[in-house]
Amino acid sequence: MEEVRLMKGNEAIAHAAIRYGCDGYFGYPITPQSEVLETLEALMPWDTTGMVVLQAESEVAAINMVYGGAATGKAVMTSSSSPGVSLKQEGISYIAASSLPALILNVMRGGPGLGTIQPSQADYFQAVKGGGHGDYHLIVLAPSTVQEMADFVGLGFDLAFKYCNPSMILADGIVGQMMEKVVLPVQRPRRTDAEIREQCPWAVTGREGRRKRNVVTSLELESDKMEVINDQLQAKYREIEANETRWEEIDTEGADYLIISFGSVARISTKAKELAEEEGLKVGVLRPITLWPFPSEAIRKAAEGKKGILVVELNAGQMIEDVRLAVHDSLPVKHFGRMGGIIPSPSEIVNALKGMINY
Amino acid sequence: MELQDIIRPENKVYAAPELLDEVNMHYCPGCSHGVIHKLVAEVIAELGIVERTVGVSPVGCAVFAYNYIDCDWIEAAHGRAPAVATAVNRLWPENVVFTYQGDGDMSAIGTAETIHAANRGENIVMIFVNNAIYGMTGGQMAPTTLIGQKTATSPYGRRVDLNGHPLEITNLLKELDGTCYVTRQSVHTPANVRKTKAALKKAFQNAIDKKGTSVVEVVSTCNSGWKMSPEKANEWMAQNMFEKYPLGDLKV
Amino acid sequence: MAKIKGAVTVNKERCKGCNLCVVACPTDTLSLQPLEVNDRGYHFAYMSNPDACIGCCSCALVCPDACIEVYRVKVD
Repeated sequence: MEEVRLMKGNEAIAHAAIRYGCDGYFGYPITPQSEVLETLEALMPWDTTGMVVLQAESEVAAINMVYGGAATGKAVMTSSSSPGVSLKQEGISYIAASSLPALILNVMRGGPGLGTIQPSQADYFQAVKGGGHGDYHLIVLAPSTVQEMADFVGLGFDLAFKYCNPSMILADGIVGQMMEKVVLPVQRPRRTDAEIREQCPWAVTGREGRRKRNVVTSLELESDKMEVINDQLQAKYREIEANETRWEEIDTEGADYLIISFGSVARISTKAKELAEEEGLKVGVLRPITLWPFPSEAIRKAAEGKKGILVVELNAGQMIEDVRLAVHDSLPVKHFGRMGGIIPSPSEIVNALKGMINY
Repeated sequence: MELQDIIRPENKVYAAPELLDEVNMHYCPGCSHGVIHKLVAEVIAELGIVERTVGVSPVGCAVFAYNYIDCDWIEAAHGRAPAVATAVNRLWPENVVFTYQGDGDMSAIGTAETIHAANRGENIVMIFVNNAIYGMTGGQMAPTTLIGQKTATSPYGRRVDLNGHPLEITNLLKELDGTCYVTRQSVHTPANVRKTKAALKKAFQNAIDKKGTSVVEVVSTCNSGWKMSPEKANEWMAQNMFEKYPLGDLKV
Repeated sequence: MAKIKGAVTVNKERCKGCNLCVVACPTDTLSLQPLEVNDRGYHFAYMSNPDACIGCCSCALVCPDACIEVYRVKVD
């Protein structure tokens, strides 16, 4: 049954994974997301649902365990934070290239390099533009609440299996570390091996019941065949763009200005909108929930008749590029961001908005 | 007695393994990989485990092993086969999982994955084809390249001061509590082929019995990379490789 | 005394002419075709001295391309 609890976003991920019927988690500790693995180890799901939990020797090993597990049709996941997610990019590219379902959580911290353990959104480009090598996309979900941390585990897995494509939850250190009320989903049973064999006829499960062998590989040396594989991937991405774009709008109709933010920053932006309204400004907030596919059409529509857009992010200006592409620079689009782990206050955002208006 | 009286189905004593596909393998003439592939195919068939066997192929010459042996396969990123195999083994404990890796995969880029999978005692078989050179990329130096051995990236011979010592990773794996069976074999003579087959069978049986990690190193030739005829490569291997990589069981 | 007679067949299109079977054969039964080549241009192995074959399988065991089948009979 559903259960209401107070917990951190990272803990909610662990609980939601078990309750979804996740088959395996493979990870390596890194701040600020270590509670995911810690919570799983404490809950010992191998004794209840049979879920496998393994602390790998590195992020590289962990993502390749996910690749191996996903190749067998199991629902498997990993989590990390920015420097660790950089290490995972090779494996993510292989998972995407092989059209395998998997879930990857990035609780972003400030970079570049070892950077800081404080929150950031500076991995936007990495998450939505590829990150690893080759033409591929992840389905990228950006939670802004602990509730969404929990909900996006199920959504991420469902989309991953629907499209045979890896999903990423792109969270930040704020939503990973803060505690909130969360309604945990009902415990679902893990799929049986027989169900996996039936639902995933491509899976590498051993040849039992099959005459032909299954092979999971991303290698194809014949150029004409490799182009066909790429065409198939691109066709899948167009289908995902058509069906799975998600966003939230708050008072965008009738507003003069839009603030566009994702993740936990969208909550600060919503508070800033309220403060701005007290000063007589008419402001709407648009929050992309899927960062890929990006809600370009929704932003274009919401921008009609507006006087300007302020994109607020915890980075030097990343999502703003996709916003500007969406509106074709038909109106002023400005960026406000803090870096190094600093979180802007609502009044800072209001000041930035006023700065844009008076520019 | 005429030939047609001998060549009759009832007199057949050796044939290609049924799990080995009839397609031509891409390996160079005389390459040890083909012999090892045959043995793996024979062992899987003889143990009756093909329906629950999963192979993990490497990056290197054996990357296309999945095109030749008729079991389920995953093609891993370079060096990551033991991590991939770990997940398959954990998630499908009744399956029999083996990795097939070269010296670059196993003892250079994948050293961490190799050692940690073995240290955890994953119930997998690691088949390690050590020919002391990188075949697929054109004959560059491997961690296992011998001192003085000429390769594309050690054109004047491997030097300790520049390149360090040949890495005997199998000796390292022997020391780990997670390994149950570590052996070093070769396939250059009929007798050695038989021994390697017995070693592989024991290793796969260990995986079936969930005894831990088994490592079968096969000291091999790369006649193209070594720039020798297959026959000369076998001779060179016996004269030079076995001193550094002596054949026999390291841990039983 | 019973005598062993053997024979081999070589899948000549699969053979790459590596010569390892020729070296492994204890009775000098096999050779590579000196002139003829297969579709891929290899001088494939054949029984140049079939009477010598004892069906010991040495050639087949070391063959990397699984092109050799071995037959053996006891002759009284």
